Amino acid sequence: MKQARLAILGAGAVGRSVLELAGDYGHSVVAVADSETAAVDAEGLDTEAVLERKAARGVVGDHDVAAALDADYDVLVEATPTTLGDAEPGFSHVERALEADRHVVLANKGPVAERYDDLRALEADSAGSVRFEATVGGAIPALSTIEDMDPSHVTRVRGILNGTANFVLSRMAAEGLDYEHVLAEAQDLGVAEADPSFDVEGTDAALKCVIVANELYGGGYTLADADVEGIENIPGSALELAAEDGRTVRLVGEVSGGEVRVGPRLVPEHGTLAVSGTMNIVQIETEHAGPLAISGHGAGGPETASAVLADVGRLPQP
Amino acid sequence: MSDAASDAVRAYTVRLELVDEPGELLRALEPIANNGGNLLSIFHERGNLTPRGHIPVEVDLEATPDRFETIVEALRAAGVNVIQAGAERYSEEVTVLLVGHLVETDLSDTLSRIENCGSASVADVSLTAPDGTDEVSAARIRLVAHAEGTDRALETVREVAAEKELRLVEPLMAGGVEA
Repeated sequence: MKQARLAILGAGAVGRSVLELAGDYGHSVVAVADSETAAVDAEGLDTEAVLERKAARGVVGDHDVAAALDADYDVLVEATPTTLGDAEPGFSHVERALEADRHVVLANKGPVAERYDDLRALEADSAGSVRFEATVGGAIPALSTIEDMDPSHVTRVRGILNGTANFVLSRMAAEGLDYEHVLAEAQDLGVAEADPSFDVEGTDAALKCVIVANELYGGGYTLADADVEGIENIPGSALELAAEDGRTVRLVGEVSGGEVRVGPRLVPEHGTLAVSGTMNIVQIETEHAGPLAISGHGAGGPETASAVLADVGRLPQP
Repeated sequence: MSDAASDAVRAYTVRLELVDEPGELLRALEPIANNGGNLLSIFHERGNLTPRGHIPVEVDLEATPDRFETIVEALRAAGVNVIQAGAERYSEEVTVLLVGHLVETDLSDTLSRIENCGSASVADVSLTAPDGTDEVSAARIRLVAHAEGTDRALETVREVAAEKELRLVEPLMAGGVEA
């Protein structure tokens, strides 16, 4: 879709970057909401002014959040924080947009990982469609590549889908340091959150794999269907043993044979999956095209926003 | 293959047919031990019969290629029917890491239970316990298995690890073969 009017819900790193970059892609933003307020302008928001206000006062505008959903937009960009279980409030935002026959682009993993079937049912009754490239692998076009290859000809998808866990493991291996030490360093650098459990316990990577499974197998998967193990407290000595043998350990997510598994795995030290630092990689094995691999930034505002805006571009013109 | 490599010890599988009589198995194993072969495992398929009505036995052993030839000749000279020798060695190999209280939870029991699954042999173990054997240690274990044996071997490793509360770092597998 060209020259779309966007309504952005969520003004975190991704929402703000979509706001900032939408104009570069030929779109306008008619509404943006954070958790408390909304800014709305049917003629298109002055994005710089909104971003300045957010930076200075912590809120984007004077309206209620609901005003953003009432705006006259073509595409709802759902970029509120990922929540588990009922995936609220993200799911209700998507529901409202689809019931109003608008398109939806998600950066929020909750609705597609936890309520995929509900989401597809709403989409079936709507003139709008749902896309969610940004939910898996940030900037990496993982889902659209799977779609292009045809899910029925994809035999396996595996990847490094969490930059924080990958940073910790690659630093441990490179410096011979222990888990706690590297995690503290990652927190100082802003690579890991103060509460890193979502990343290091494997939940974030698992949600992404669940989304891939829903795409490959036509739905039916939630986080509860994933076999998940994290990287907490893997000792540096285990990484040394792996290195002696030309291997290393990475948190690998895998979808194949109807199963979703995430856990620390031994991989060849210089193999495809052994990306360093916060990089992500997605490897897609196909029936006829062999393996494909795409690496890139799995997180970050502009990187993830580029995936959101690519999705907007893929939507049909009304 | 270089000359140096021909001296290297390799793993071999020998399939034998034994008559169902007492002492037959021992008679088949002696030529292996007497000629410098190192027995790894014996799979005695009692209850299964070959087309000629004999009992099939699969023997895994390590030897240099030269010694292996001598062993096969010695087996035949001893009247043991060798139906397949060397053509199929351990075809798959898989490496895992185990982390936890490996010593307290009896590492040798862990290893023998992996061996007892019948589809793999422990070829190599490296253990590190930087903080002493009472603390968390890590082991790298290399398993060799017959074709399609790695899945079963990994399943056994998973079971033992879960039971002993050890962390298992698995390799990536692709259709039963380490990727």
